[in-house]
Amino acid sequence: MKYSRILLANLFRKKIRTTLTIGSFAVALLLFGVLAAVRVAFSQGANSAGVDRLVVRNKTSIIQPLPLSYKNDILRLAGVKEVTYLNWFGGVYQDEKNFFPQMAIDVPTYRKVVPDVGVTDAEWKAFEDDRQAAIVGRSIADHYHFKVGDHIPIKGVIFQGAWEFNIAAIAKGDNAAGDILPFIFHEDYLEEKRTYGKGTVGWYVVRVENPDNSGKISQAIDAQFSNSPFETKSDTEKEFAASWGKQLGNIKLIIMTIGAVVFVTLLLVTGNTMATSIRERVRELAVLKALGYSDRFVLWLVLSEGLTIAVLGGILGLLLAIVVIPGMSKALAGLLPPLILLPSDTALGLAFALGAGVLSTLLPATSAMRLRVVDALRRV
Amino acid sequence: MAIPLSYNLRSIRVRWASTIVAVLGIAGTVGVFVAMMSLAKGFKATLVASGSPNNALVRRAGSTSEMDSGFDITQVKILKDTAGIARDADGPLVSPEVVVIAAFPLKSTGTDANVQVRGVSPVVLKVRDQVKIVQGRFFQPGLNELVVGSNVAKSYAGFDLGQSVLFGGGKWTVVGVFDAGGSAFDSELWCDSTVLNDVYKRPTNIYQSITAKLTSPAALSGVKDSLSADPRVTVQADREIEYYEKQSRVFTTLVTVLGSMVAGIMAVGAILGALNTMYSAISERGREIATMRALGFGATSVVVSFVFEAACIALIGGVIGCLGVLPLNGLTTGTMNWQTFSHLAFAFKITPSLLLGGVVFALLMGILGGVAPAVRASRANVATALREL
Repeated sequence: MKYSRILLANLFRKKIRTTLTIGSFAVALLLFGVLAAVRVAFSQGANSAGVDRLVVRNKTSIIQPLPLSYKNDILRLAGVKEVTYLNWFGGVYQDEKNFFPQMAIDVPTYRKVVPDVGVTDAEWKAFEDDRQAAIVGRSIADHYHFKVGDHIPIKGVIFQGAWEFNIAAIAKGDNAAGDILPFIFHEDYLEEKRTYGKGTVGWYVVRVENPDNSGKISQAIDAQFSNSPFETKSDTEKEFAASWGKQLGNIKLIIMTIGAVVFVTLLLVTGNTMATSIRERVRELAVLKALGYSDRFVLWLVLSEGLTIAVLGGILGLLLAIVVIPGMSKALAGLLPPLILLPSDTALGLAFALGAGVLSTLLPATSAMRLRVVDALRRV
Repeated sequence: MAIPLSYNLRSIRVRWASTIVAVLGIAGTVGVFVAMMSLAKGFKATLVASGSPNNALVRRAGSTSEMDSGFDITQVKILKDTAGIARDADGPLVSPEVVVIAAFPLKSTGTDANVQVRGVSPVVLKVRDQVKIVQGRFFQPGLNELVVGSNVAKSYAGFDLGQSVLFGGGKWTVVGVFDAGGSAFDSELWCDSTVLNDVYKRPTNIYQSITAKLTSPAALSGVKDSLSADPRVTVQADREIEYYEKQSRVFTTLVTVLGSMVAGIMAVGAILGALNTMYSAISERGREIATMRALGFGATSVVVSFVFEAACIALIGGVIGCLGVLPLNGLTTGTMNWQTFSHLAFAFKITPSLLLGGVVFALLMGILGGVAPAVRASRANVATALREL
């Protein structure tokens, strides 16, 4: 620590350059944070998928229904623990642009298949007791200012008519991704009011006893219904979620590639600036060595200067990302699921900044260390 | 008096190494900006090309897309007799349609993607005159036959002429390939609507949309009026091109907003890079600047001269950025159209105005990054700067 003064003096010798370099690092890390959040939004669902759950849908496509009678047929298969079913509702709140996912769930079985709904037992009880009750995920609730006890009108698009729901609970996931829960309500209510397709369901979610057998069980389910008017296609919940992501196609890939290239370029460019500023000072470093400081000391001095800049810039950038992302998320509401910066991504970003700091200073620092004093001092 | 512009141009040539940082930063930013916007433009162009100003698209009032629309045949009959709908010798040019989706594996990834299957009326080629059969023939009404869009034939396995395809509980034969001029129909499968209803076990005589040719683009308001005045119908009519333009809105907004945000952040980075380059350029050239001042060039000419230099660097960056993404033009990609849950193939579309926008964006960044250093250069004390070695 006694060398901190020389470190500071070096950092402050060209204030503008230091500030700009820190700024560039900050921008690179801000970009990294934003892209990481976008990636999470594009691949959402895959995060909350359970390993012991299968999704059974109509083989032709997800919009084709399945008969309700399949529930007991699936339940009879060996290795199946529980079966529940859902229906896609697809209504809008007040206006067409206020769209968020709504699903009708089979209340008695849902929690046996998906134990982590993100509500307390008391809240679930309140939901069970009211046929028009709904549970809504926190990010949707925040965006539309829904509160527990609110009476919400939803305009049915697939199932026409005016539907009314009471918010019974707001679901909170135990991690950031868990907050992206949809709006769920009683299947009974839908079944009673729908004008067509009674007795059909959108898709089944099956909980298996042993996740290792899920491949075999999917095959057994599909085999059971093959050659029937409603053939099925079963996947693990993870594969199911990923298949939606894949249909978005290479949009995610394009954005990520662009982002990665830019991020790396920014780091290289910034590193290059830092390297130049050290090369300019080779004579000074030689003077230090002539005064008797060890090679190792010179190496550390230069490295710690680079690291200070990288870490300061990195932290600044990530802080900015934390501030900016909720705003961006608002601007993209209805277009993308909420943008969330995961702590693991924050750590990764910081690691990248550190890595770039070390890499860009290591080269000039080692050459400074190896330098023969005489040579360096002779150069003007 | 102005400093000759050749001074700056020569400076850039001699000190090219130190300008690389700024050039790269600006090139990257412009590249990302142009690429993202061309993605949005391409998507929009594909959907908009699907609609014609001369056609009306009729669906259930209040439905958001064809997917959640539905009405029965009596309404089709009423529409067929509405004034303003074009006719030829065989009757009104109206195609009542059924739209479903079916999943098929993509050639590129091997994973399933949803393809829109459209059950159409035999007169559809007269209603949508931009669609042409390029291989094979049109389907025979009443048979399980498919004609496939040109992108379907390219992107999915098993859609070659004469091949059989299994979906929806029926066996279909591919009898033709049609080209819809790069519109959304190129990503669709077409067949007889009655057969499709039957195979998908849907109630007969239920349709999701009607595409009708108008006698003239202006006839739409008359059709709209007579439909809304008729208590027997529950449908609304839109100009086809407007319907498709609206469908493109979600994705276009998403990509535009996302692209602008990323480009915005990068622009800040690029400006910082430009500032850095210009500040070091000026500190290296302190004596040169002082010499020019001593020769009689005014402070303003120094400012103008350095801003010009920054703009030149930015221009190089902008041009490199544009050239870098130019190969993307026409490249086909695909994404999910959330309005219909189906996969839509489209191409990047880089237009001259987009390139111009990119270059202007670059110049703006260069000027923003050049002004502060230029002002600083002009303020330096001539005597002190000349004395320094």
